Amino acid sequence: MEPAGGSRRLSIPSTHVLEEQAQESDDLTDSEESVYSGLEDSGSDSSTEEEAEDQDSNDEGKRKGNSLSKKAQARMASQKKEQVQCQSLETDSKPSAQQELPLKGEYEEDSSDEEDVRNTVGNIPMEWYQDYPHIGYDLDGKRIYKPVRTKDELDKFLDKMENPDYWRTVQDKQTGADLRLTDEQVELTQRLQKGQFGDAHANPYEPAIDFFSSQVMIHPVTNRPADKRSFIPSLLEKEKVSKLVHAIKMGWIKPRKPKEDTPTYYDLWAQEDPNSILGRHKMHVPAPKLRLPGHEESYNPPPEYLLSEEEKLAWEQQEAAERKLNVLPQQHRCLRAVPAYARFIHERFERCLDLYLCPRQRKMRVNVDPEDLIPKLPKPRDLQPFPTTQALVYRGHTSLVRCLSISPSGQWLVSGSDDGTVRFWEVSSARCMKTLPVEGVVKSVAWNPNPAVCLVAVAVEQSVLLVNPCLGDKLLYAATDQLIEGYVPPEEERLQPVTWAVAAGAEHGRGVRLIIRHGKPVKQVTWHPRGDYLASVLAADGHTQVLIHQASKRWSQSPFRRSKGQVQCVLFHPLRPFFFVATQRCVRLYNLLKQELAKKLLTNCKWVSSMAVHPAGDNLICGSYDSKLAWFDLDLSTKPYRVLRHHKKALRSVAFHRHYPLFASGSDDGSVIVCHGMVYNDLLQNPLIVPVKVLKGHAPARDLGVLDVLFHPTQPWLFSSGADASIRLFA
Amino acid sequence: MGGLEKKKYERGSATNYITRNKARKKLQLSLADFRRLCILKGIYPHEPKHKKKVNKGSTAARTFYLLKDIKFLLHEPIINKFREYKVFVRKLRKAYGKSEWNTVERLKDNKPSYKLDHIIKERYPTFIDALRDLDDALSMCFLFATFPRTGKCHVQTIQLCRRLTVEFLNYVIASRSLRKVFLSIKGIYYQAEVLGQPITWITPYAFAHDHPTDVDYRVMATFTEFYTTLLGFVNFRLYQSLNLHYPPKIEGQAVAEQKPEEGEAYAMDSESYMEKLSALSASLARVVAPNPEDEVQVDEFPVDGESAEQEAARKKEQEAVEKQKKLFEGLRFFLNREVPREPIAFIIRCFGGEVSWDKSMCISATYDVRNPTITHQIVDRPSLGKQVIGRHYLQPQWVFDSVNAKMCLPVADYFPGVLLPPHLSPFVSEKDGDYIPPEKLKLLALQKGENPAEESREEAEEDSDEDDDDNEGSEGEEHSEKEDEWKLKKLEEQRSQGKKLPVKVSAGIVRLEDKQQAAQEEQSEEKRLAIMMMKKREKYLYQKIMFGKKRKVREATRLAEKRKAHDAAMKSEKKKTKKVRRE
Repeated sequence: MEPAGGSRRLSIPSTHVLEEQAQESDDLTDSEESVYSGLEDSGSDSSTEEEAEDQDSNDEGKRKGNSLSKKAQARMASQKKEQVQCQSLETDSKPSAQQELPLKGEYEEDSSDEEDVRNTVGNIPMEWYQDYPHIGYDLDGKRIYKPVRTKDELDKFLDKMENPDYWRTVQDKQTGADLRLTDEQVELTQRLQKGQFGDAHANPYEPAIDFFSSQVMIHPVTNRPADKRSFIPSLLEKEKVSKLVHAIKMGWIKPRKPKEDTPTYYDLWAQEDPNSILGRHKMHVPAPKLRLPGHEESYNPPPEYLLSEEEKLAWEQQEAAERKLNVLPQQHRCLRAVPAYARFIHERFERCLDLYLCPRQRKMRVNVDPEDLIPKLPKPRDLQPFPTTQALVYRGHTSLVRCLSISPSGQWLVSGSDDGTVRFWEVSSARCMKTLPVEGVVKSVAWNPNPAVCLVAVAVEQSVLLVNPCLGDKLLYAATDQLIEGYVPPEEERLQPVTWAVAAGAEHGRGVRLIIRHGKPVKQVTWHPRGDYLASVLAADGHTQVLIHQASKRWSQSPFRRSKGQVQCVLFHPLRPFFFVATQRCVRLYNLLKQELAKKLLTNCKWVSSMAVHPAGDNLICGSYDSKLAWFDLDLSTKPYRVLRHHKKALRSVAFHRHYPLFASGSDDGSVIVCHGMVYNDLLQNPLIVPVKVLKGHAPARDLGVLDVLFHPTQPWLFSSGADASIRLFA
Repeated sequence: MGGLEKKKYERGSATNYITRNKARKKLQLSLADFRRLCILKGIYPHEPKHKKKVNKGSTAARTFYLLKDIKFLLHEPIINKFREYKVFVRKLRKAYGKSEWNTVERLKDNKPSYKLDHIIKERYPTFIDALRDLDDALSMCFLFATFPRTGKCHVQTIQLCRRLTVEFLNYVIASRSLRKVFLSIKGIYYQAEVLGQPITWITPYAFAHDHPTDVDYRVMATFTEFYTTLLGFVNFRLYQSLNLHYPPKIEGQAVAEQKPEEGEAYAMDSESYMEKLSALSASLARVVAPNPEDEVQVDEFPVDGESAEQEAARKKEQEAVEKQKKLFEGLRFFLNREVPREPIAFIIRCFGGEVSWDKSMCISATYDVRNPTITHQIVDRPSLGKQVIGRHYLQPQWVFDSVNAKMCLPVADYFPGVLLPPHLSPFVSEKDGDYIPPEKLKLLALQKGENPAEESREEAEEDSDEDDDDNEGSEGEEHSEKEDEWKLKKLEEQRSQGKKLPVKVSAGIVRLEDKQQAAQEEQSEEKRLAIMMMKKREKYLYQKIMFGKKRKVREATRLAEKRKAHDAAMKSEKKKTKKVRRE
């Protein structure tokens, strides 16, 4: 360390000086470090001083002081070296004097001691002598005068050009004399410039001797006796220890925990109890496992699992949550070509989130065979007879056929249409026997159910016509005519809501016998099963919506005092003196004898369109415009026993067969659905309803399909009239 | 009316649930601690049946925990540890701030730590329960084991994960319980059957991870903390069940003696041991040497209500599994350098094969490339320079496909550079009506013992026949044009004749009534009518099921069509190339 440190101090000034010489000493900026005074190492490192030194050195370079003998110079150098050795551990990089040159000449001069001191000023900044002619004092106290430097630029230049030693000439600051560096000195400076050791033979990598090693030597490194304090217990430590002890006592700090030597893993389930309850309640929902990958996730999937261009585009445009596949299937030629999956960490993280953040709920997955859901019904084949195929088509009307009715014998059919005609057909041959033109749309026709009377009620505009079609047995229709003619008007005129008129002239010729003129348009007309009474429904508000007429006495009455809503249709009970009135949402059942409301049936429909009553009288079906058919069991409840939603569009009419357990419904979707509706005598057994046939034939026109359905009174035949101006018979 | 007034939301489901914030307040935990607790204890939110009722009439989106769950958490000793840790951190920070290094040291010595043993016992009262829930644990540990040892999480965690996964792999090898493997785009799926429980896990391909920024590694680290504990205990138990040492010891003393020589050059002693274990080439030492005579022939008792057919099927399956376990027995594999070593070595070892690799690739390679006893060399490069006679050079997919097929597949399709057959997922079990890719059909046939090679040859012959036909066609094209003209003329003549005689009596067509069809129609109509009679709810359900079925069918037909089109395209291309070659 020491020689290195010393020489490092030396190196810089020497170069500096050389440079200075070379640049003719007008380089002021380069003199960062002073050439001056190794002695100054002792303390002063203020920058001002340094600067001062710099200036000084520069000045001195210009001036020529008196030269001193070489001996004195060398002696000073030796002094400085001593100083440097003392301060070797100080690491401040103060520059030291250039004079310190470790050469053998130095030691020669060392032998001849203090005489060599040529300048006695000591270690002072030499610029203090700047303004004086002398540079210091010699041993005798005489002034040492600065060497006369009269060299001008030209001289310097000449010197530079001619003197071969110019480059190795340095000015001595102490004496101001020029100094020619020896070869050894030059070599040393060069070595130092390169950053090498000053001593050419010095080995920088000598083995280190560890004096203060961990081993205790027998001999002490220092011979210093042990301190007294090493024998006296430390008070400070005592204080600290007592503090710690107190803290431990108080439990503020805990002594080091003993290391646990139990194994980290052991047989945790050594005593497992399969019956032990889960430490938790029963609501635990285990997390579902992740879905296992399918073929499409393979690195080399079958070609059909790869997405085409459009599918790929669609996949990319989809939201990540909506995608069916969470990865885009890709095909790689070989395993080597498979890249890392970029979302791997994401997927694990999402799984983590699912596990601890996702609300869980137990959902019952219905795992049923769809076939089991289909109710087991008796086969339609076992429920025959019912109409299955279209047998006849009755053509002749030019507009939609609104209503149908059949004679009690089942031989004749009457139909009313929007073209202003009522036509009479022979059922078996589909021949139109008779056409009765009327003024206006025919809303409803009803054949008198009494087989002894041949009379048809026709609702046209504001009147109801009683028509004798003059078909069939001549005796029969002649008797009907006689019956009508045999009417004897009562003595005193009674006030009636309608006027009864006898048809005459051409009308009589066409078959019209009586005309019941209502003040308002008539919607529907229906006969009592006995054939004497008939009821008509008016399309008007108020309590006179329903009128009951007695044909034999030509007498009418309005049964209701108050209106309960708009009446859609009315019906007589086939056996008992009951009267059904269907308003928009419910059906009311009145007892005609007691003249009171017997029942009110809630249909659950929005708008009732039609109804039909079972021939036994205990069941009622009710069709509605919201495509529902409600079956009421009157003994059971006022709510529907069964609601059938078979049709897709509004139901227009429903009908029961008189003998067979059949009922049918016609709808705007152009189909007629025939159902088996068995009613058992046993009151405990519920009616059996089985759809047996969907009959199609009517073409929908003007958003209307089938307008009326009607069963043949004796045969399992079904008539339907439609918006396509035809009547069809299904058998 | 007497009695107290009944207030809303004071009984019923509203009192069974608690919102997250309330739960947090009740437990007096920060959100992070609460999250950690929920993860460790396996508490999750519940979706109430009537959310509005539970939410006291509000419809705001909230997560609800069961009140019982939270009450259950209240007694958890780990909560106190969390609090202690919080205090510890505070003290430590203070000591650091005051530069009281002694205090820091002391505090660090007394760092509060917790164990998860009791939680694992509580969450999984039986070992089977733990096995059932092992999927996520394994996948997570395998992922963490591949993480770099810097940043993201503690190095100890990563090392622990690596150790545990290697131990598990060694167990699977020792017990030969691997069943299915699948090379997916995401990674490699494995399915093992441990004590009758299928355990599936996924490992990523061995690449550096591009760590995403939107992933909270603290959550993952908490999960991993739990999973490592679980996996450790499971490993212990599994090793115990096979009479293996835990921590595992490599079999044979000779290996142990060799260790210092080899290990010195390779790694530190402790590390090289781990490396050797993870090389998966050596079998593990047992506590008690297995004695084949000791294995008791288990008497089989027919399960009640199991028909003979079922029993036979079960037996057959068992036999198949036994056979699969010995799939690669007697085969010696060598892995080329470009092949992913660990998965393939693992799979081969799982099925009794011997495997080695290049010495430069990994430690404990057992034999050299030049070893003449090698039967299969796994290669993943398009072509090889020099090939040794007497061994198959195969692509890695062969190993995977063979395992899934439970038989050594014919090697011809898997030669290096050959276009590989598709790799199918073994996890798909097609029900009737599902689409089955033709490769799977072929595989099924192969498993049954039929030889599809003959068929393919026939096909090839057909192809050639067709080609011949084509050739003929091209030659006879001129002929056919003439023929066409002649036919046209004839037709015209016929037409003109028809004009001459406008009245024609044609024989009536006898329409044969197809009884079967009629019956079918009748049946379908019956069904339609019956469907009409369904109740509303059932009908809805029925329609939903039918919709799903139809969609399935649609999907299947779509796939089938795609495949057909693809095959046709391939065929035509093949022909083209053939023609080109001929010319």
